[in-house]
Amino acid sequence: MSKEFNRHEIEDLLFLEADLLDEWKLKEWLELYTKDASYYVPSTDLPKDAKADNSLFYIADDRLRMEERVTRLMKKTAHSEYPRSKTRHLVSNVRIRNIDTDNDEAEVSAAVVTFRTKGGNTDPYIGSNYYRICRENGVLKIREKLCRLDLDGLRPHGRVSIIL
Amino acid sequence: MKDQKEYVKIDCDRNTFHVSRSAFVESDVFDREYEKIFDKCWLYLGHESEVKKKGDFVTRTVAKRNIILTRDTKGNLNALLNTCPHRGATVCRESSGNSKNFQCFYHGWVFGCDGKLKNQPGKESYDVEFNNDGSSDLASVPRFDIYAGFCFISFDPDIIPLPEYLAGAKEYLDLIASHSESGMGVVDGSQEYAIRANWKLLVENSIDGYHAVTTHASYLDYLMNTNGGLTDVALEGKSYDLGNGHAVLEYSAPWGRPIAQWVPLFGEEGKKEMQGIYDRLVELHGEDIAHRIANKNRNLLIFPNLVINDIMAVTVRTFYPAEPGYMVVNGWALAPNQESEWARKYRLYNFLEFLGPGGFATPDDVEALESCQTGYRNFKLVEWNDISKGMGLEAPSYDDELQMRVFWSQWDKYMQAGSQIISSL
Repeated sequence: MSKEFNRHEIEDLLFLEADLLDEWKLKEWLELYTKDASYYVPSTDLPKDAKADNSLFYIADDRLRMEERVTRLMKKTAHSEYPRSKTRHLVSNVRIRNIDTDNDEAEVSAAVVTFRTKGGNTDPYIGSNYYRICRENGVLKIREKLCRLDLDGLRPHGRVSIIL
Repeated sequence: MKDQKEYVKIDCDRNTFHVSRSAFVESDVFDREYEKIFDKCWLYLGHESEVKKKGDFVTRTVAKRNIILTRDTKGNLNALLNTCPHRGATVCRESSGNSKNFQCFYHGWVFGCDGKLKNQPGKESYDVEFNNDGSSDLASVPRFDIYAGFCFISFDPDIIPLPEYLAGAKEYLDLIASHSESGMGVVDGSQEYAIRANWKLLVENSIDGYHAVTTHASYLDYLMNTNGGLTDVALEGKSYDLGNGHAVLEYSAPWGRPIAQWVPLFGEEGKKEMQGIYDRLVELHGEDIAHRIANKNRNLLIFPNLVINDIMAVTVRTFYPAEPGYMVVNGWALAPNQESEWARKYRLYNFLEFLGPGGFATPDDVEALESCQTGYRNFKLVEWNDISKGMGLEAPSYDDELQMRVFWSQWDKYMQAGSQIISSL
């Protein structure tokens, strides 16, 4: 098993993720993640080292809840996203921050902007994504994604009803 | 005297209650709400746990005013207007922190955390008696008081005392404060968001037991699909008028509550811990109160705009209109000051499942409120909202609309106060 990570390969994964989300292929999106994955969006006034176990986040999903989030979002009764919004995930400034050789994991950051358009409004979600990426049977998978928004709050968005 | 426009129409013979949709869209209603409601009520500022230590402070915007809540070096709490008495600059520009002094960066005036002017550059150029009357200290908000840890302010110096204002809501604040003998505190992290809708739509929505089955169908699906997410406790209860525009629904529900309704998802270890919490509540408060604290859910509105929902977790939420069709919302999680790591983790897990702008329910509420606001574009053609459900019943159910009628009756009373004088001009 390779302990090597290169940025091209990681960027391909992140660009694929962005595409799947923009295409609303959410079940396929889940397949990019490990079985023990988690997905976080901290509140915007928290320090960088805040943990979801003792601080209030916007989103702190384990794998089970990521699956339920996808199931819910694919329903017509997920009213906030039905009719579906249009989204555009832009991923840039991808950097490998650290290689954790013990866990065969790469710590990766990226600058991101996601636009959500619905009902005549376009709202930008601006921030950095932090990933822990590993290799499962030779295939890159995401073990953790944390979206740190560079906003003073979810204004005017009012919601993170899409996956960032 | 001109006829006043009617915003609330009550017909007790036919048991109908209607609210004019113009109340959600007209800019003069928005202006008058600041003058007649937000300037005349007790408003939530923060929780005392947010400024635990001497020198702790948080800054807030309350009804368009910038406020600093501080705990001074004597341990007293202060609500100060965050503007330099000298020339007006914002004195404290951080959202929270700990400091003995606040220095205005414009000309360098220094204030203590009790607001008293301590020093200013070029002091020798001022009269020796300068500020003997305290007029160059940071100004205090006209009224400030605390009930059960909840800090309130009022911009009306003549307002009735806070306990009297809170009326029947005091009992419910006491119940929340009694979740733990360690006291309750705000968890780090606030959910700050906005909704493109009139603020009164969120008042209604926060205490609306009627919308859950349809608006939150996908959340209820999720609970049912999650192995062990639910008990067989029925969703049932009543709503109550608490006086002075405050209202509550109190009901049982099948979801888990960290204090202290166990569901299988919490696991066997959790069951033991929650039984311990429950037993202690019985020791402290007796079986009846312990049962209410542990097993009943409460959606509480304190007029005009404080919502404390003690449901699958405890959330405190307040919101102000920036314009008729746009509100700014701040939400926090409240939790026992001392609880196990396990309990805190499950509490927050439970919170995020339903509550807040990333949860499985709140985004759909936001969508519903925004769709109402959009619908009100037709307000001249379809003028009235109907909130008659349960009217005339002796004991309205949690999913009736009594609590909204309580709010709107009080809203109308405040909005009409002094209106005869205005209209006769």
